Amino acid sequence: MPAREVVVGSRIGLHGRPAAIVVKTAQAQPVTVRISIAEKPPVDARSIIAVLALGAHGGDTVTISADGDGADAALDAMAEVLAKDLDA
Amino acid sequence: MPDMTGLGVSPGRTAGPVHAMGSPPRLPAEVPVAGPDERERATAALAFVASSLEELSTTVDGTAAEVLATQAMMAADPTLADAVAARIADGRPAAWAITDAIGEQQETFKALGGYFAERAADLADLRDRAVAWLLDVPMPGLPRPGVPFVLAADDLSPADTALLDSSVLAIVTRRGGPTSHTAILARSRGLPAVVSCAGILDVPDGTPLSVDGTTGVVAQVTALEAMEIREAGLADRARDAAITGPGRTADGESVPLLLNVGGAADLADDGEGVGLFRTEFLFLGRTAAPPVAEQESAYRALFEAAGGRKVVLRTLDAGADKPLPFLGLADEENPALGIRGLRTARVRPAVLTEQLEAVSRAATATDADVWVMAPMVATAAEAAEFASLVHQAGLRTAGVMIEVPAAALHARQILASVDFVSIGTNDLSQYTMAADRMNGELADLLDPWQPAVLQLVATVAAAGRDLNKPVGICGEAAGDPLLACVFAGMGITTLSMSAPSLPPVRAALASHTMADCRRLAELALNATDAPTARKAVAGG
Repeated sequence: MPAREVVVGSRIGLHGRPAAIVVKTAQAQPVTVRISIAEKPPVDARSIIAVLALGAHGGDTVTISADGDGADAALDAMAEVLAKDLDA
Repeated sequence: MPDMTGLGVSPGRTAGPVHAMGSPPRLPAEVPVAGPDERERATAALAFVASSLEELSTTVDGTAAEVLATQAMMAADPTLADAVAARIADGRPAAWAITDAIGEQQETFKALGGYFAERAADLADLRDRAVAWLLDVPMPGLPRPGVPFVLAADDLSPADTALLDSSVLAIVTRRGGPTSHTAILARSRGLPAVVSCAGILDVPDGTPLSVDGTTGVVAQVTALEAMEIREAGLADRARDAAITGPGRTADGESVPLLLNVGGAADLADDGEGVGLFRTEFLFLGRTAAPPVAEQESAYRALFEAAGGRKVVLRTLDAGADKPLPFLGLADEENPALGIRGLRTARVRPAVLTEQLEAVSRAATATDADVWVMAPMVATAAEAAEFASLVHQAGLRTAGVMIEVPAAALHARQILASVDFVSIGTNDLSQYTMAADRMNGELADLLDPWQPAVLQLVATVAAAGRDLNKPVGICGEAAGDPLLACVFAGMGITTLSMSAPSLPPVRAALASHTMADCRRLAELALNATDAPTARKAVAGG
């Protein structure tokens, strides 16, 4: 399954505005994107509650994965928003 | 009613009748037998909450709108819906299923601590709305007494704060810390606010209360006194806004007021320069240190925006608690006491020398008066080594931050080899009081009025006076109008804060002579604890 590691670019971490943007981006994808951090099991990136529960801080590395048609494009889109400082 | 004291989180004084938030619905003690349509009812309740929060978010703007939209996303969340459905499948009625599912999720958030833990309040709010809908009882929410009032609450949710209108004079909450929604909203609206005020929900509705968001004191007053206090508060505000220009005491002693910024966008016209330019933004999310040329242009943008004003740039402040992957720092058991701030140069010296080179190039190209300081310095040897690197890079003015008690105690030795120091009160409090900054339970220990912390500030100020070198403050405490006077009285030479704090601080200085400030410093230093110190200075 295509997967990718991304460093969280939002200084404040994945909550507030950055978390909302990441979740909305995931919701816009044709495939399910899952996201995980460290040893925690991957969660559905379309769930704001699950994304907040990652507790990801700025500079943390997260892993995103997706399967099926359009998985690579979905990962590109997700990696782009995750790496940006969305609170800037 | 005896006076109550909480933590003042938004300055100003006002008074009026208190009215408490509508209480959240209570689930009946007896769990009813689940009906056949519990799942549909739960879905409808959550959909109602999601759409009403979404609608609410369109009636406000800025941060409040974003917060509400996020909360609406939580109500519509698939993870939550699955958890609720699982409990309904176990035979729980809808209202109970939602309460249980949210309770479990709240535990996860709380375990993460800090900002994430505060999202537990957002979940509690949406649970209350969903349960009120299911039980067909009034929605919890803001009182509408029809007169200006003091709002009392357990803690405020984003939905509550978004709905506050101009009839709210001040906010007092039983829980909450300095980073709660209540505190943030109150500061942005200029409403006096007190959090962590234990007895506030026991006060009967309609009781006239005075609220002092500077001292944290909440007291019962007569209706007539309430009116006088309110008018005096309005007059104070108008007076603060009318005073402009450089910071100075009533007798004309200059105390320059500077800004804390993270980039050119934070720079206001007000203020006599930048007292803290945080440079982390350039380094976050990078897999390698940003090239010198890129750093140079970013620094230059800020120096140019500052015009000829002074800019104090802080070199990279990273560590295991604010990790940067390219530094390759190991995980630490106790990151606050580990490789952070200037200490990262022990493992990656090139990151610092390249940053200094970029700063030097940017400074040469502009008119700004550029000062450079290092974070997290503990010894005079570290300070001297840093100063020589700064001077070698071709920069004139080198200093260090005083955040570690050892550095405060050895300020004289440190100042002998640097051109200035700047005190970071947030970390200095954390290290002096041995209390984690992120731990809301320890808010009282982190109170910047702790006399032991003030004593260290005074020690540094005295060293600066003796050696005739500048000693600034760039922590949150500099934005507290009363503490600003105390610091000036100790001999602190500049105060740096975020832009909204400037007018009240400027006004407080303008209404005290330097002799007054010295007397206030004396009162604060001689107090036995933080509340006494604050009270003595407010009354003195």
